[in-house]
Amino acid sequence: MEFGPYLMLAMLEGAVLAAVLALMASGLSLVFGVMRVVNVAHGEFYMLGAVMAWVVTQFMMGLGGGPAVNFIAAAVLAPLIVGSIAAAADVVILKRLNYDPERVIVATIGLLYIIQQAALMGYGPDAKPVVAPFNERIALPWVAWGENGLEMYYPWGLSTTSYKLFVIVAAVVILAGLRLFMTRSRAGLVMRATQLDGEMATAFGIPVERVYAIVFGAGAALAALAGVLIVPIQQAHYLMGGDALLLSFIVVIIGGLGSLAGTVVAAVLIGMSDGIISVFFTPTLAKIIATLAVALVLVFRPQGLFGVKNR
Amino acid sequence: MFQIEGLTAGYGQATILREVSLQAAPGEITVLMGRNGAGKTTLMKAIMGLVRAEAGQVRLDGTDLAALPPHQVPGHGVGYVPQGRRLFSELTVAQNIEIGLGAGPKEASKRRETRDEMLELFPRLGERMGQRAGTLSGGEQQMLATARALCLRPKLLLLDEPTEGLQPSMIEAIRQVMVQMRDRGLAVLLVEQRIDAVLELADRISVIEMGRNAEDFTKPEIAPGEARLRAHLGV
Ligand SMILES: Nc1ncnc2c1ncn2[C@@H]1O[C@H](COP(=O)(O)OP(=O)(O)OP(=O)(O)O)[C@@H](O)[C@H]1O
Ligand SMILES: [Mg+2]
Repeated sequence: MEFGPYLMLAMLEGAVLAAVLALMASGLSLVFGVMRVVNVAHGEFYMLGAVMAWVVTQFMMGLGGGPAVNFIAAAVLAPLIVGSIAAAADVVILKRLNYDPERVIVATIGLLYIIQQAALMGYGPDAKPVVAPFNERIALPWVAWGENGLEMYYPWGLSTTSYKLFVIVAAVVILAGLRLFMTRSRAGLVMRATQLDGEMATAFGIPVERVYAIVFGAGAALAALAGVLIVPIQQAHYLMGGDALLLSFIVVIIGGLGSLAGTVVAAVLIGMSDGIISVFFTPTLAKIIATLAVALVLVFRPQGLFGVKNR
Repeated sequence: MFQIEGLTAGYGQATILREVSLQAAPGEITVLMGRNGAGKTTLMKAIMGLVRAEAGQVRLDGTDLAALPPHQVPGHGVGYVPQGRRLFSELTVAQNIEIGLGAGPKEASKRRETRDEMLELFPRLGERMGQRAGTLSGGEQQMLATARALCLRPKLLLLDEPTEGLQPSMIEAIRQVMVQMRDRGLAVLLVEQRIDAVLELADRISVIEMGRNAEDFTKPEIAPGEARLRAHLGV
């Protein structure tokens, strides 16, 4: 394949990764933004989302549903289940720690292992696939100068699937919805007030602890949704949360913790560069460069590209 | 009637308030005075439940506020204008007002009515509804903090040094709002440092020293007691 089409293929792969990463990292960023705590178990909620997608589709297949129906059921139920588990963990664990940032880190490390081992025991050590709701191969056109001027043709190997395009579109729609929710809805206003000054929010009747439980659940549900979207492409495995957590942290640090716009921009940057560098060089080099980028950001712009200084 | 009895409260291990008693009647302005660090702000926070009471009661019309979860205190009719204003600075003026309305009566018609009333009381806020609260001038911020508290239709209005750092015309505007609220039958509890500003205004003055009650002055006792009041405050 020539360079141009090859680059486009790499960018498409990168865009899929960026889409999933943006969803997952925005959950991490939402939790940090509102609650000022770092959730180290975030990757496990992503894994649980993927595993639950498998569980739900297996169950639905037993009922005789088709792939599309099964997948829709998984996309609705898995985030709900995972979000409820996270909200319960918030009430049972984080609330008792008074949301002390350091103790929450330690507690969520514990939560990480509990979830991971529970998944190993209940789901098993094997990676298992979920059938995509639709998966047509789409050949993509390319233009080049030919004998008759500009010509359009379909290079061999330049193709994607309808499901991958769907993942990109779905992420854009969900993130736009999240932004609208935060800026336009009453619940979003309550969350932002809580984020800005929890004590004053309480003084104006906002049940801050309930807001925290909901935000923690919503953050986990976003990770779970990312897990559901990726599982037809990658399969569900009980150890898949680790890499995803690392990438989310990279995205959130570069974008600026708590900034939704920054998170999305950083996810696109990291996802795209990961896709391109992995295709042209090696995936390892992609990780090295991403980690280097984090180091540079931490040194020269610790608040992140879009973060607010010292709040 | 608002009544605090034997309130002991503090932060973690540090007990700041010791057996403080205080009352504020509807239609009156009660002024709480004391030197820097005496515990005035801590008392306000304890009323709001933001600092938990170790002992004692905080009664408003028969409800013990100290026994409620903190977020239920405003719903019982307590509006709080904190020291330093503490607006939701990244939110707009309209959104700050929205938060205040959220703590008051639920009916949409009532909320609209309250909102209109606030804009009548503070016309300058009406011109700046879309502006971020953090970008308002100091005086405008104080107006918004006051409006936010009044939005929940309080029976008891707490104001912690509302005129700190404001120019005279603003101080006068805030004073007029307090008088207006008093005349409507609200119990106003005002923390104020400057004696000259409260001699005329106060119906009752309570002085606290190092977290304890020092002396109370009823209206007729204020003028004759001015020298002792100054001594308490060290001015
Ligand atoms: N969050 C806190 N944690 C521990 N101690 C505190 C805290 N806030 C205030 N204090 C202490 O409580 C005491 C009373 O403080 P408070 O703010 O209530 O005083 P104040 O009378 O409002 O003073 P000012 O006139 O300066 O506003 C002070 O000694 C202060 O150091
Ligand atoms: Mg004070």
